Amino acid sequence: MSGSATGPRALALHLGVIALLFALQFVLPAYHHGIVARVMVLAIFAMGYNLLFGYTGLLSLGHAMFFAAGLYGAGLTVYHLGWSVPAAFVSGLVCGAALSAVIGLLALRTAGVAFMIVTMMFGQVAYLLTLFFGEWTRGEEGLTLAAAQRQLGPLDLTNPSTRYFVALALFAVVLLLTLVIVRAPFGRVLVAIRENEERTRMLGYDTFLNKLGAVVLSGTVCAAAGAAYALLFGYFGAGFAAVQYSILPLLWVLVGGAATVLGPLVGTLIMFYLVDLSNDLLNSRFPDWDVSYLGIVGVALVLLILFFPKGLLGSIRERWAPWLP
Amino acid sequence: MDFGPYLLLATLEGLVQAAVLALTALGLSLVFGVMRVVNVAHGEFFMLGAVLAWAATTAVSGHPALGFAAALVVSPLVVGAVALASERLILRRLNYNPEATIVATIGLLYILQQAALTFYGPEARPVVPPFNFRIQLPWFGYSAYKLSVIGASILLLIATWFVLARTRIGLVMRATQYDRETATAFGIPVDRVYAGVFALGAMLAAVAAVLIVPIQQAHYLMGHDPLLLSFIVVIIGGLGSLRGTVVAALLIGLSDGILSVFFSPTLAKIVATLAVALVLVFRPQGLFGQAAK
Repeated sequence: MSGSATGPRALALHLGVIALLFALQFVLPAYHHGIVARVMVLAIFAMGYNLLFGYTGLLSLGHAMFFAAGLYGAGLTVYHLGWSVPAAFVSGLVCGAALSAVIGLLALRTAGVAFMIVTMMFGQVAYLLTLFFGEWTRGEEGLTLAAAQRQLGPLDLTNPSTRYFVALALFAVVLLLTLVIVRAPFGRVLVAIRENEERTRMLGYDTFLNKLGAVVLSGTVCAAAGAAYALLFGYFGAGFAAVQYSILPLLWVLVGGAATVLGPLVGTLIMFYLVDLSNDLLNSRFPDWDVSYLGIVGVALVLLILFFPKGLLGSIRERWAPWLP
Repeated sequence: MDFGPYLLLATLEGLVQAAVLALTALGLSLVFGVMRVVNVAHGEFFMLGAVLAWAATTAVSGHPALGFAAALVVSPLVVGAVALASERLILRRLNYNPEATIVATIGLLYILQQAALTFYGPEARPVVPPFNFRIQLPWFGYSAYKLSVIGASILLLIATWFVLARTRIGLVMRATQYDRETATAFGIPVDRVYAGVFALGAMLAAVAAVLIVPIQQAHYLMGHDPLLLSFIVVIIGGLGSLRGTVVAALLIGLSDGILSVFFSPTLAKIVATLAVALVLVFRPQGLFGQAAK
């Protein structure tokens, strides 16, 4: 595995990706500029998911609730209480951290298949709660934030360039944070738990506490993505809490490569453009097929798990670049 | 109106729910019990059953009962074939690894939804019940068809129990469930048993859907609630236990029916889902199951 000697190479690659994304904003046409900004925010969501699924080996089917905790934690405080953007962002983070701590304490009593079902059930409860409190959340219809409420000091978050820049800044922070965590002792323990939990416990590590740490970290990062989404794009609705948004990060991570630091970004980018392009192509060729994201996501999931379970970067790491973190 | 009629109505509606739910959940429970596969696409087999029932009843002209009889035969057979194909083409290649099969069945779920959307369309469509008269109860007349759904479900459950407990097929299935390797050593074709069980589980969901579709319309997104309720039933009843499944289906169906009449349906669902998640956390063997050996 990657020792400290290969550190500079990995660091250079990740800084290079950040620099590339920074440079892209000056050359991309408006449409793609908007998509990449959105992809970066959703890639944060996928990176949070990857910490738990890829590195710790815990497959959750309810991560939409953490994204939604950030989304509503930030969105509702701005909308109903008139909080400023930084305060609302912190509120989203706190909501995500608190929710993931509670869910972690409960769900980690189970393992394997039961863990997946329990997280799915909690995710479903969270979704139903957003509908139940429709008076405040407006359910599926959702709420939009006024432009005047989306000001971060001198920065106007409704401006596409500013939005791209803020999304990139947050993305860079989370990317480097992930890089640090997975190379730190904590990250190594998580991988050890994934590979052999029993043996890790025998070695004297408190596996429950480490897994709880992974759930809270993962939930908080996902909540950061949700909070950023609400504040940057100014819309939040119950659709983001639905089961579909628990499946999508799983798909993105699988496409890019589980347990790779850059995999979530690659997977999100590929799937976003794949759905976008194939939608246009199929709908122009077969207008009465009603092709939606459903079929594409479904086929992608089945093909990936059958033929390409390591994902893009996972396969690259296996063949050519064993130093890839 | 008094409290009495409300309660009777809620109980009857709950019983109809429970009857259909027991069949659907039994399919899910069989697949998990024997194969250790969590079939997230189970609700879509239910949906497919309902959509095919609509197709069969519209294709057959004449008395509605003829079309309905056709649906009862065609729909489970086609759904069984689809399930068999996906088992052979996808699940077997994954070697029934629990995590991989969950991801694959999620994919299957979306593929089946897309197929229904493409070939059936986004509309909700009704199916005419095979007969249409009301039975006079103390306070109101009640649809005879709904009562017959309860009867049909009871018959099917008894038939399934008979197959599982009294025939050679059932014996082979139980042996596979109990210990896959010993079963293989005794010459049981485990591979074929898996394929059969997966198809059978899907067919049970399809039959349940055919029975319910004259009451509830066919729609390409209708699989979500049966899936979740089946999970709930299977978890509360204890996995792989027929008796537990039926008792839990009664409990959930009745309480869902009764709570939905008196409270908001969303609240009823929240309470039920949360309760079940907590059952799974604190009593993983289910309320009626025995602790794992």
